[in-house]
Amino acid sequence: MKVVFERPSALSDKQTHYCPGCTHGIIHRLVAEAIDELDVREKTIGVASVGCSVLAYEYFNCDMQQAAHGRAPAVATGIKRVHPDKVVFTYQGDGDLASIGMAEIVHAAARGEKITTIFVNNTIYGMTGGQMAPTSLVGQKTTTSPYGRNPEHCGYPIRIAELLSTLQGAVSVARVSVHDVPNIIKAKKAIKKAFEVQLSGAGFSIVEVLSTCPTNWGKPPLEALNWLKENMIPYYPLGEYRTPEEVK
Amino acid sequence: MAEMIFAGFGGQGVMSMGMMVAYAGMIEEKNVSWIPSYGPEMRGGTANCAVVVTADEIGSPIITEPDVVVAMNLPSMTKFEPMLKPGGMLIYNSSLIDRKEGRDDITVIAVPANDLASELGNTRVANMIVMGTLLAKTKIVGVESIKKALRQVLPAHRHDLLGVNEDAMKRGAEYVK
Amino acid sequence: MAKQLMKGNEAIGEAAIQAGCRYFFGYPITPQNEVPEYMSRRLPEVGGVFLQAESEVAAINMVYGAAGAGARVMTSSSSPGISLKQEGISYIAGSELPCVIINIIRGGPGLGGIQPAQSDYFQATKGGGHGDYNLFVFAPASVQEMVDLIMESFDIADYYRNPVMIMGDGTLGQMMEPVEFKAIKKRDLPPKDWATTGCVGREHNIINSLALVAENLEKHNWKLQEKYKQMKENEQRWELYKTEDAELVMVAYGTTARIVKSVVNKLREQGIKAGLLRPITIFPYPEKAFALLPDSVKAFLTVEMSAGQMVQDVRLAVNGKRPVHFCGRTGGIIPTPAEITKVAMEIMGGER
Repeated sequence: MKVVFERPSALSDKQTHYCPGCTHGIIHRLVAEAIDELDVREKTIGVASVGCSVLAYEYFNCDMQQAAHGRAPAVATGIKRVHPDKVVFTYQGDGDLASIGMAEIVHAAARGEKITTIFVNNTIYGMTGGQMAPTSLVGQKTTTSPYGRNPEHCGYPIRIAELLSTLQGAVSVARVSVHDVPNIIKAKKAIKKAFEVQLSGAGFSIVEVLSTCPTNWGKPPLEALNWLKENMIPYYPLGEYRTPEEVK
Repeated sequence: MAEMIFAGFGGQGVMSMGMMVAYAGMIEEKNVSWIPSYGPEMRGGTANCAVVVTADEIGSPIITEPDVVVAMNLPSMTKFEPMLKPGGMLIYNSSLIDRKEGRDDITVIAVPANDLASELGNTRVANMIVMGTLLAKTKIVGVESIKKALRQVLPAHRHDLLGVNEDAMKRGAEYVK
Repeated sequence: MAKQLMKGNEAIGEAAIQAGCRYFFGYPITPQNEVPEYMSRRLPEVGGVFLQAESEVAAINMVYGAAGAGARVMTSSSSPGISLKQEGISYIAGSELPCVIINIIRGGPGLGGIQPAQSDYFQATKGGGHGDYNLFVFAPASVQEMVDLIMESFDIADYYRNPVMIMGDGTLGQMMEPVEFKAIKKRDLPPKDWATTGCVGREHNIINSLALVAENLEKHNWKLQEKYKQMKENEQRWELYKTEDAELVMVAYGTTARIVKSVVNKLREQGIKAGLLRPITIFPYPEKAFALLPDSVKAFLTVEMSAGQMVQDVRLAVNGKRPVHFCGRTGGIIPTPAEITKVAMEIMGGER
């Protein structure tokens, strides 16, 4: 029988712990497909972060290091400086990257560290049970913003792709979404391109992926995808914020 | 055993003076240590370093009762003269210090280091004038060892200054003959 | 190689390079700035990498990454910076990664001062970060000893897969002494087949300190403890000075031990039989040395540049058999021979 669909070799056969309807699974697969298509699994070292994706080291079938909360870009820096010929990526959520790890991501980008960051933004802390994230939208209800995020009190959500695209070392910055098939295909292209940028040695690359959290948003999966489209995309516009071509 | 403190303004060369004595001691296969004062006082104001040269094992590199104090300016003399061991030696730069009174249980030697250096046409070697005096009076290390040390402390592109430094040492020694 | 006069902090850098360290990640802080400065100059010469991180937190996590990737790697800092690194150090210990960490201690707490202190003894020897772990900790007393111990530290770190800390103070970092870089006795080191080097023809390697199943985490903890037990059995190091007939044994490490050595001689001139027990490893603590002391010992005097930290380990080792006294200065003040002598005389009943 002809094989028409299979698990990418860069994904292990471990069953993930992600909640039903969560889009982490899709994003994992896109990353693994990109690694497979570029045929770099055996020279890839991934860095898992703290948050829902903490166990990513079990799901990606390549060498992996687990990092402290927010520190994945620093850990990846250490690895890449030792093995400049390897492909090094971090996989981080919004609490990890945009809150506690803001210094590490900004400086890794500023240094033009030749790593790739997959930044999963679902506007909430998932693992700890739905607290407000630095990317939570104005008015969004979370367990620590029960009346809705009030910018008077805690400011406005941070746009990471825009912020990092001001840095010279960040040569490839894109924001994509995985709420429907056309966007998943675009996301895949962006992720693959980010890895290609790393392989070319041009500098730091990051793909911000808008993602859902049905469990902590308190919405069924389909409704969650719709909420992403209607609420997140207007605040977090999709697109390429910086490409190696324009850097040149 | 010789425990020495070299002190003065930043830029008077007291740190390198101490370092050269330590180097020379090492060349003579003695045990040596050199430790600077560090911190905000390094940035302007007074600088000092403590040097131990001895045939024995060195205990504390930090000196509380020096045998010798070299003071290149007044604040240094005021600070370190009281610490001298009874019978110790104070060498001070009389070009900049007008010493009216002080301890009488120590040997005191005045050297007009800046004036003598000017006579040689280079005020920057005032420290080496005092070095000459120190060696003449204490024999802590030999002049030849200091000359070797100079070659190590001065970077190669400054070796044109070896002559004037050696002249300064000679002048400082002659002055107290 | 001939002897050269080197500043402690620079000798640290050279010793690391001689030991095969090719990666250094750090952040400026007084009084250890000459270490990163030296590394930034020397590492490129030997094909290594120096990187000034954005913070101590980032630096230690770069160390974690590089150590996980199989490299010999070092970082250096001083007290407030070492506090910031504790999170990363705990991860490194938990993930069983080898690395060398230099702490040139300054007075605390808080921002404290920049003068020498030994007030981070608890932090260095009792874990420091969260969780049941220990660093291997050396406390050298001279620049030469520091060089020798650093060169050995990389082997020890690899051998035990455990971070090694070199605990010095501002004095040791800033002073110049003659040093010689001598080849060390090599240990039999296992290959780093656990490192993340790319999974060519093998299962993927994972560097990790997370274990969500309590039974597994407990098992991991007992494994770590077994390692510390081995260190206690095999690695204790100390120096005994004039203790053969001593009635008063003074216990001190690092810079303080050198001052105490002078005090021992002063006391002997005055007829007091004093000796020095100088721990060289402070984890594992040299308990064995206490068993070697003669029955003539009447009392112990611990001298530290702290309010009294190592004295607790001395009391544990002495186990109530003799009185243990303490003499310390804090905040960056170095105790003078005179004041230590006075305390010692009081303990021994005055002048004879």
